[in-house]
Amino acid sequence: MAETVPNTVLALDDLTVRFHLRRGDLTAVDGVSFAIERGQTFGLVGESGSGKSVTAKAIMRLIPDPPGEIPRGRILFEGSNILDKSNAEMRGLRGRHIAMVFQEPMSALNPVFTVCDQISDALRTNLGLSKAEARERVVELLSLVGIPSPHKRLDSYVHEFSGGMRQRVMLAMALSCNPGFLIADEPTTALDVTIQATILELITGMIERLGMSLLFITHNLGVVAHACDRVGVMYASHIVELGDKKEIFAHPQHPYTVGLLHSIPRLDGQAKYLTPISGSVCNMMEPPAGCKFHPRCAHAMDVCRREIPKLKEIAPGHLAACHLHDRGAA
Amino acid sequence: MTAADTLLSVKGLTKHFTLHGDIYSKLAGEKTQLLKAVDGIDFHIRRGETLGLVGESGCGKSTTARLVTRLIEPTAGQVTLKNQNLLAFSRKRLKEARKEVQLVFQDPYSSLNPRKTIMHILSRPMEIHGLARSWAEKREKVLELLRRVGLGIEHIDRYPHEFSGGQRQRIAIARALSVDPELVIGDEPVSALDVSIQAQILNLFRELQQELGLTYLFIAHDLSVIRHISDRVAVMYVGKIVETGPAAALFERPLHPYTKALLAAVPEADPAKPPPRLTLQGEVSTPIDPPPGCRLCGRCPRESNVCAEITPPLVDVGDGRQVACHNL
Repeated sequence: MAETVPNTVLALDDLTVRFHLRRGDLTAVDGVSFAIERGQTFGLVGESGSGKSVTAKAIMRLIPDPPGEIPRGRILFEGSNILDKSNAEMRGLRGRHIAMVFQEPMSALNPVFTVCDQISDALRTNLGLSKAEARERVVELLSLVGIPSPHKRLDSYVHEFSGGMRQRVMLAMALSCNPGFLIADEPTTALDVTIQATILELITGMIERLGMSLLFITHNLGVVAHACDRVGVMYASHIVELGDKKEIFAHPQHPYTVGLLHSIPRLDGQAKYLTPISGSVCNMMEPPAGCKFHPRCAHAMDVCRREIPKLKEIAPGHLAACHLHDRGAA
Repeated sequence: MTAADTLLSVKGLTKHFTLHGDIYSKLAGEKTQLLKAVDGIDFHIRRGETLGLVGESGCGKSTTARLVTRLIEPTAGQVTLKNQNLLAFSRKRLKEARKEVQLVFQDPYSSLNPRKTIMHILSRPMEIHGLARSWAEKREKVLELLRRVGLGIEHIDRYPHEFSGGQRQRIAIARALSVDPELVIGDEPVSALDVSIQAQILNLFRELQQELGLTYLFIAHDLSVIRHISDRVAVMYVGKIVETGPAAALFERPLHPYTKALLAAVPEADPAKPPPRLTLQGEVSTPIDPPPGCRLCGRCPRESNVCAEITPPLVDVGDGRQVACHNL
């Protein structure tokens, strides 16, 4: 399904990631397909353990093998399959073409090197800059991400920065080699709401200014609503719904998406009780047969217990994986 | 408000931590610093209501929870529980008071002892407070608690690791309820949970309040959670309460610049709503040796000369609302 029109930057086609653990096999990502257009921000949303971060790591080829394995699927970046590339080719790709921002800057950045050392490391290896050139570029990058007086902060260590500033440093590092594609894995989750607002503004502004494409991974539907163009909803290793942001929020088609939207307390008006999704996420070591969501779904039918529903187009560009839409009922 | 309605009231509550520098800074003759975690706050909670305490990390929310339960001793101020001065209590009397006030913590993975069964975890508080004599009586009460928080009674002899995060939080709530408290303090009790589970636990808090007539002090950083659960709200910023009032009024028409900024920064799950933005400058100020005057100085869009000199007191502005700002 992933025909690579030149406008598509990244296309996942039936991507499946499995981990062989001592207790048995765990399929963390199961048949995930979606495409990201140039200049687009794609939001991948889901609760903990749904497979969002594993998808991101697979794109960066950071799944350790063993215990990880990618038995099926293709990851087409600019038309060529990332999974076929050699390690040397991957090194040329990471940083220079695809970069990643992680959730926890304190553990993603190295505490024993200064900020300048860390960022210029990538610049010197990837772009072959001299030490002085790299240093100059780091100053530029730090001011680009809004770090005040970058000349002074250049030789600081990571612990000398606040949480929001650390996330800015991470972003500067990700942007250092002018990648065309950025993956942001929960970049604002560890931050306070006011800091989150500034970092979101910074990321979306940066993407627009530099004409980049972005894969934005988050569990926060509020962040999705404001930062993304297109949205994929993940539940227990599957994409259950895919569509434009406005469509997803206005006309959610999968019971899980509907349930998520109803679970969020709202700022305006006060409902006495929320409508939560009953039960809890299935054990991924022993997932239920059929649709993974059926034990929690109010509309579960017999077919849901037997067959895994496929992603089907319900409206133009809006796909959902639910048997409710089989008979054209909805 | 009559005194009989008020379950807990706090006046001028203050906690300053002294930061002793390392030996080098001492040798260099640097002065010890004061971290003003909670700096003279006043609030009260009426019987049967929920007071939401909201603010960003490091603003003193959790310290406040620990102060009103006397897990740490305040530097100054008063805590009055049912018209009695909690801070004057003897150790024996404090133990009795602890029965009235129970805590639910943020992380149900570290707040439950992994080596004890659910039966032990839920019956131990009853033993400590002498609420159940025989084993059979305890067992029955524990089963009742499990039912109450929506857990199957077959779980009674299991260990915490056999439960999911949401279920563990239910156990933590059951433990708080095991001694029939009047006031339950939730210190970020839903922040570690996924949104679908968070909604379940928020509903549980609501149901229990209705059934048992509980009073809540609910601490959270998530404004929509606070809006949902609270009758009244207090907004904290760097050790001070900057605004309090009924939840509906405060969220619809915030008065303090900080409250406004917080609300504007929340990304709402609706693409039609305005995008989140920061209306303040810079980052959260430090509680270490803060300068005199308003804590928001240097960040506030409505700052005037007086702000840097005089700390604005929390003053009544009508409709049960109080705001600490010079330039309303």
